[in-house]
Amino acid sequence: MEKIEFNYPEAKRLITKRAHVGVVGSGDMEVLLEPNREEGSRVFITTSVNGFGDAWKAVFDRFFSKFDGAVRIYINDAGATPGSVLLRLEQAVEVIEQ
Amino acid sequence: MKTPTIIPDFVNRRSFIELDARARAQSLFDEGAWKELVGPFDSIESPWLAKQGVAPQSDDGCIVIKGKIGGSPAVAIAFEGAFQGGSVGEVSGAKMTAALDLATRDSEAGKPTAAVLLLETGGVRLQEANLGLAAVAEIISAAFALRQHAPVITIVAGTVGCFGGMSLVAGLSSYTIMTREARLGLNGPEVIEQESGIDEFDSSDRALIWAINGGEQRVGMGLADSLVEDDAGKIAAAVRDCVRQGVPEKHRTEQVELYRARIAALDTSRQIDPAILRQQWASTTRGVR
Repeated sequence: MEKIEFNYPEAKRLITKRAHVGVVGSGDMEVLLEPNREEGSRVFITTSVNGFGDAWKAVFDRFFSKFDGAVRIYINDAGATPGSVLLRLEQAVEVIEQ
Repeated sequence: MKTPTIIPDFVNRRSFIELDARARAQSLFDEGAWKELVGPFDSIESPWLAKQGVAPQSDDGCIVIKGKIGGSPAVAIAFEGAFQGGSVGEVSGAKMTAALDLATRDSEAGKPTAAVLLLETGGVRLQEANLGLAAVAEIISAAFALRQHAPVITIVAGTVGCFGGMSLVAGLSSYTIMTREARLGLNGPEVIEQESGIDEFDSSDRALIWAINGGEQRVGMGLADSLVEDDAGKIAAAVRDCVRQGVPEKHRTEQVELYRARIAALDTSRQIDPAILRQQWASTTRGVR
């Protein structure tokens, strides 16, 4: 198991809602997305698959190139592929932007 | 030439099995009349999984929702089968026990509160061994206390099924609702095969397993009460019926003599097949519950 953290200080737009999507089942993960009280965004990942820090970084760089909300994102992961990770993140954004 | 398109009901139905545990529990309540207790944002996770290299879940795979079903107070406790096989750990077990205890307290204070247990579980979580076993014991005494005041309704919808310690909880509940896809049994097929050999029970023989553990057989034998289609609307209606009926006159687990006599009457000189068992037991089940 590995814990990974990222900071995205440029994401500053105020967010008021929170979202929870997904299940920590094989090949899937859960996302908790909530407003960050400080400026910028922070990401906290707990994954049961070790050694994929670079892949996580690439997914979140891409995610924050489009999303500019100031949020805290918590992820519990049971081996989701980068594609499913991005889909789960987009699903969470859909919930808070509704 | 135009032929009318007939869309069968099962295409339009809202599948219950395809919902996750949270959506299943929500679907049982009256519109807008519910709230989740100790939800994912409270972040009460298992402290033991991470130490063993397993990613935890923010609700520990146990969802508790309080609200009204058919206008009556009720609490639903759902296990998420996709997370660690719906297993019972320290946190998920404590959530279930506390919810049942609070329902008992409300019931004793003159507000009968039914409990709906959505069990998709293999039983105790192996990573939390003794704590899980202790949790099952606590859940059983809590369910036993509540069922004297208000109905305890178990739903086993599938596709994980309900096995191990939690099958005992299903056994002592006031009503058990199953689908044809669901399975209910003390030892899971793989456990039996592992312990007693493939001659005893072939866990890859799906027809055999469903003929013994499947919802149709369990209801047919009188060990579960209603067989409902995999349809969220129909399952919610079945739960409302159970809540309305209230506490049954006599619970299944109070029928000790009846079940002893039935087992004694079985002819064990030959292999008993599921259909025969259903025939022999069904006729005596009617109106017993």
